[in-house]
Amino acid sequence: MNVNVKPEAAKRTSSRLAIADCDIHPVRATPNAFDPWLSARWRDHLKTFGSPRRLAMQAGPAFPKGQPDAARRDALPPEGGRAGSSLSFMQAQHLDPNNVIFGVLNPLQSGQGVANPELCAALCAATNEWQVAEWTSKDTRLKASVVVPYESADVSAAEIRKWAGHKDFVQVLVLSRTGEPLGNRRYWPIYQAAAEAGLPVAVHAFGYGGGPITSTGWPSHYIEEMAGHAQSCQAGLASIVIEGVFERFPKLKIVMVEAGFAWAPAFAWRLDKTWKALRAETPHLKRLPSEYLKEHVWWTTQPMEEPEPRTHVLDTIGWMGWDRLLFATDYPHWDFDDPSLALPLPISEEQRLSFFRENALAVYGVKA
Amino acid sequence: MSRHVVAPTREIPPGSRKLFTIKGRPIAIFNLNGDFYGMFNRCPHQGGSLCEGAVTGLVESTAAGRYSYSRRGEIIRCPWHGWEFDIRTGKSYCSPDKVKARSYPVETAHGAELVEGPYVAETVPVHVEEDYIVVEM
Repeated sequence: MNVNVKPEAAKRTSSRLAIADCDIHPVRATPNAFDPWLSARWRDHLKTFGSPRRLAMQAGPAFPKGQPDAARRDALPPEGGRAGSSLSFMQAQHLDPNNVIFGVLNPLQSGQGVANPELCAALCAATNEWQVAEWTSKDTRLKASVVVPYESADVSAAEIRKWAGHKDFVQVLVLSRTGEPLGNRRYWPIYQAAAEAGLPVAVHAFGYGGGPITSTGWPSHYIEEMAGHAQSCQAGLASIVIEGVFERFPKLKIVMVEAGFAWAPAFAWRLDKTWKALRAETPHLKRLPSEYLKEHVWWTTQPMEEPEPRTHVLDTIGWMGWDRLLFATDYPHWDFDDPSLALPLPISEEQRLSFFRENALAVYGVKA
Repeated sequence: MSRHVVAPTREIPPGSRKLFTIKGRPIAIFNLNGDFYGMFNRCPHQGGSLCEGAVTGLVESTAAGRYSYSRRGEIIRCPWHGWEFDIRTGKSYCSPDKVKARSYPVETAHGAELVEGPYVAETVPVHVEEDYIVVEM
């Protein structure tokens, strides 16, 4: 028989598991969107001098990002503007159909990494006001990150204390490629303020340390940067553990964001083996490095590792613990993970709930 | 299997594509130089809407530093993770032995056949002087 059809986008209306999304990227709708929260001095400065990052002089990121603006091509808002700049379209395309009940905003390209330290601080402060004014006050599912100018730790600590206790802020955000390894004492005021505020510190992959993005220089290809996040994140985590940050701030929680996680077990084994031999070098550590990791570190899931067979992921999670992983989509970026397909494996209902929601609510201290 | 009148051929000019829902399934229809191809609109990797991807050519290499670029306009790249599929066959280029986008046979038919045949068009007005895209599934 013949059947006639009309063009219509496929819709998702089925009831879905209520989930947490621990990595959503809101974007400025216009380059001037932070202006209401910037002084005239910085508005004029931006017009005159721009906001170059701590890396070689260039207009954009180190590598083209595979898809324009690093975004899903279907995430451009119908009313125009960049992917991630429209709350209404984020709701219609992501939050509603995927039943996100708790979403953590991680603004990138905000002000972090800007070379001028005072401008960096002003932009980070504006980013935090902007998150409340444009996002969290308009959709209570969304929660903000205290975006801090991490190379200026005292200024960062003040920004954390400014927002501590605000119901919309659930974590502190730093990037992984910092000027020094993340456990360096120059960053400890950030950890102190975050621990006192009860806010986890999220370390999101990328950043602007000023040096080459691998430990042996600049790679030629974007894929090397993508896979290489494990390097900077391992260096940062090793530094945090070995410098004794968790001994000094026993309530501190670290969330590794978009760094991958399957490397975590091997990394922990290597640290443990080596520390047993070299314990006297770092006597301030009282336990095996893996024990600090196990107690203090959580990991967002996206981009999920996809080994063959896929069941190897379950082995990895088993080693890490089912309470460690926080589901994330990275919306609206091109390497988005869809919650219905990110973990296509037989797991128990309890494991599924932990992975997709309960771990996030627990680490962020939120009641559903 | 049934034949579905999708649209007049003029709705999808050469080099373009359009998304339809047929039997409740999202199907992307592509026009490559006058030939029509249908593809299930969910990427076999994570379900991205293939119709919204970028159409590219095929870059291949026999050795580092050498490459060839062919088949311009015949490869669709998923709008999410960029997986590449052959619009004609659904063949994947990142994992050809394991992954394939589902393709559907598409033909064109003259309005006169559709009107005069045993099949009656209901929601797409069929005119005898026009050609139509017909999907079998």
